[in-house]
Amino acid sequence: MKITKRELSMQENYIKMHRRHHHLITFWRLMIFIGFLFLWEISADMGWIDSFFFSSPSRVVQCFLSLCADRSIFLHIGITLWETVFSFLLVFLISLAVSTILWYSNRLSEILEPYLVILNSLPKSALAPLFIVWLGTGTTTIIVAGISVAIFGSIISFYTGFKQVDPEKITLIYTLGGRKKDAFTKVILPGSIPTMISTTKVNIGLALVGVIIGEFLAARRGLGYLIIYGSQVFQLNMVITSIIILCIIAFGFYKGIQCIEHRMRAALKM
Amino acid sequence: MQKNILELKNISYSYHTLQGETPALKNISFDVKEGEFVAIVGPSGCGKSTLLSIIADLIQPESGTIAFNNPDGSLHYPKVGYMLQHDHLFEWRTVYKNVILGLEINHQLTKEKLDYVDQLLIDYDLDRFRNSRPSELSGGMKQRAALIRTLAMGPELLLLDEPFSALDYQTRLMVSADICKLIRKTGKTVILITHDLAEAVSLADRIIVLSKRPATVKETVPIHLTLPDDSPLAARHAPEFQDYFSYLWEVLTDENH
Repeated sequence: MKITKRELSMQENYIKMHRRHHHLITFWRLMIFIGFLFLWEISADMGWIDSFFFSSPSRVVQCFLSLCADRSIFLHIGITLWETVFSFLLVFLISLAVSTILWYSNRLSEILEPYLVILNSLPKSALAPLFIVWLGTGTTTIIVAGISVAIFGSIISFYTGFKQVDPEKITLIYTLGGRKKDAFTKVILPGSIPTMISTTKVNIGLALVGVIIGEFLAARRGLGYLIIYGSQVFQLNMVITSIIILCIIAFGFYKGIQCIEHRMRAALKM
Repeated sequence: MQKNILELKNISYSYHTLQGETPALKNISFDVKEGEFVAIVGPSGCGKSTLLSIIADLIQPESGTIAFNNPDGSLHYPKVGYMLQHDHLFEWRTVYKNVILGLEINHQLTKEKLDYVDQLLIDYDLDRFRNSRPSELSGGMKQRAALIRTLAMGPELLLLDEPFSALDYQTRLMVSADICKLIRKTGKTVILITHDLAEAVSLADRIIVLSKRPATVKETVPIHLTLPDDSPLAARHAPEFQDYFSYLWEVLTDENH
């Protein structure tokens, strides 16, 4: 009896290669993660690194569980999340409003350009002590710090995005009897959505940076406070646990924005 | 005797930069009759598009006057439909949402106008694609959608700024034939800008030849072709076609004319 071996078609072959490629990528990503944890744990246990300074995965888990036990960690995470999301939303709204005004008035945008560039390149952490003096220690200061890091870059990106829209498309609106307001709502705004989403991805990370800087200096709660407190009392397990939680938060934000992006692209079929 | 729908008198326009003044149009005068199809030809960069922008009231001439004779005898602006070189259909809107853009901007989404748009979509064979995205349409279909967007507002005068130049040659022959037949059916007055002499001869009732910059009217050539039917492709086989073409070429290239 003859066994007929079915040949894979080129398309099936292609799909197979494609899947294999993705499996390989996922595998190595996981391997790096697991390998790192493993090496970290081993080095701490074997005494190659001092676990007092460098902690270890098991100590991080222990620290996390003990922080969970008195529920304080949820408060810290919640505060940081809330402050970041709030600063981020304000950054989005303010930069949308300001870049719209700049787009409407060429003269104003030309006048303000050097100021925006200077404010954007200024290290915003330098401003944090001022915010404390002006606004006291508290949530307001932290949110202002979060906004200050992202806002100027965001305004510049939004405005540049508006300016990059094909001028002929704006002419089209005028040929249809529209005014500047129509050009903005029908062309500039929908045409800049991709730019706005990519700016948003950067902004959420920057808002988190600003909030942590703020919490370092002016907070009694939040992950930034936990990091500073931990380092002051030499509880480095606590510091590293907080940093790892920050990593997870940053990743979560990124994924969240990506999810919104996919939904918008599907809705607008872009 | 048809009356003039548009009269241009001594229109001049210059572009200004810090380096100096570039005159684009100099003393341009001509009339356009109601229902007429006028083609404007001239060397590239001679200011043809500037002229259309002035007629469409997008920019103001530095000197000269434009007069419109509206059917009701008033002097107010007739509705001008301006079709640009590229279709500029917005990818974030469906084909239908694109063609009603002008109505939306002018707050004219009335039943009457929307019914007219529906009829145009059916007539131009785009009804099946009303919920598609522009990227799903062929080049010719995009131009038709752009035409519907222009016609939806009910313009009395159509300005076409090389509306076929973005298409490849074969599509271009088909689409220009197609679009012009559709426009002729509506009986609208048309001003077409082109640098393609064959296109101008095959489509227009009258051709206005402009000189190189600063553009002046070199000559006005009325076109009378003996045609078996009204399609522009047939026009290219008319016995007079070649003579008109050669004559226009001569006028266009003659420096001393």
